[in-house]
Amino acid sequence: MSAVTNAESLKTDLLVYVGILALAGVQIFLAYHSPGVVRMLAVGAIQAFLAVMHFMHLRGEKSTLRLALIPATLFVLVMMNMIWADSYRLIHLRPFPK
Amino acid sequence: MSEANLTMGHDAGVMEERPFAIPSKKLVMWLFIISDACTFGAVLYAYGYVRNAAPDWPHHFEAASIINVAIMTFVLVTSSLTMLIATRAAKAGDKSGALRFTFITVVLGLVFAALHLREWMSMIHEGVSLFQNPWGAPLFGATFFGVTGLHLLHVISGAIALTVVALGYKRGRYNADDIEIWSLYWHFVDLVWMFVVPMVYLLNVAR
Repeated sequence: MSAVTNAESLKTDLLVYVGILALAGVQIFLAYHSPGVVRMLAVGAIQAFLAVMHFMHLRGEKSTLRLALIPATLFVLVMMNMIWADSYRLIHLRPFPK
Repeated sequence: MSEANLTMGHDAGVMEERPFAIPSKKLVMWLFIISDACTFGAVLYAYGYVRNAAPDWPHHFEAASIINVAIMTFVLVTSSLTMLIATRAAKAGDKSGALRFTFITVVLGLVFAALHLREWMSMIHEGVSLFQNPWGAPLFGATFFGVTGLHLLHVISGAIALTVVALGYKRGRYNADDIEIWSLYWHFVDLVWMFVVPMVYLLNVAR
């Protein structure tokens, strides 16, 4: 790898690093001024996207690898949301979810 | 005659192409990462379920705790950066640079673990145990120690694994691919923390 490419890579690494830390700062700001699960998760998802694509180099891999890994994982994680109906049932002590 | 034919017999074809054009061991690490992502997802959803179902969930984390968490986040994200630099150095053939930055990553991981254990000790001293605490819902302790403990276990085992791989790389047993594969694990540990912090700490700040 040439010195120029190395320097450019390090510059991009540092930019992503600062970006992730800045987003962490945004989360702390939101915690005190405008807390909300969806907002927190959205910022976390952006951080995760930066980490997966850049730090873990998934951006540079074959698209078939991204297709093999990401949709299945997201599907499993999204399907776990079905528990919320029971959670809300529990807090209201209802025998069945609405 | 290729070595593959020697081991597989005279009629053996060429070795299979690498899956997705990456070494098999790298694919295995990716598969482990997505399974672990689902595990952490399940644990965090279980935490959310219990929190949502409790009318008196403690909002306990004062500014000092949040500052501690911010420092821990800075340390862990910085360790991800140093691991990235180590991987690039290994790929470029710079063995001493790769080793240096891998060991820096291990040290930062241990600093993170020490800060975390210090916070745990502080909470235990305040009266938090697995099934009781002085503030509210009894399951706060179990979920808090469960989620953060699982993450801490990953950090400590990652630090051990990186040390073993770095020492093997130094001796020539492992190569740059192995450094890259374990850097994937380390970045994953950092990625999980980015969800643990808002879910466990930031949504429960003391007001």
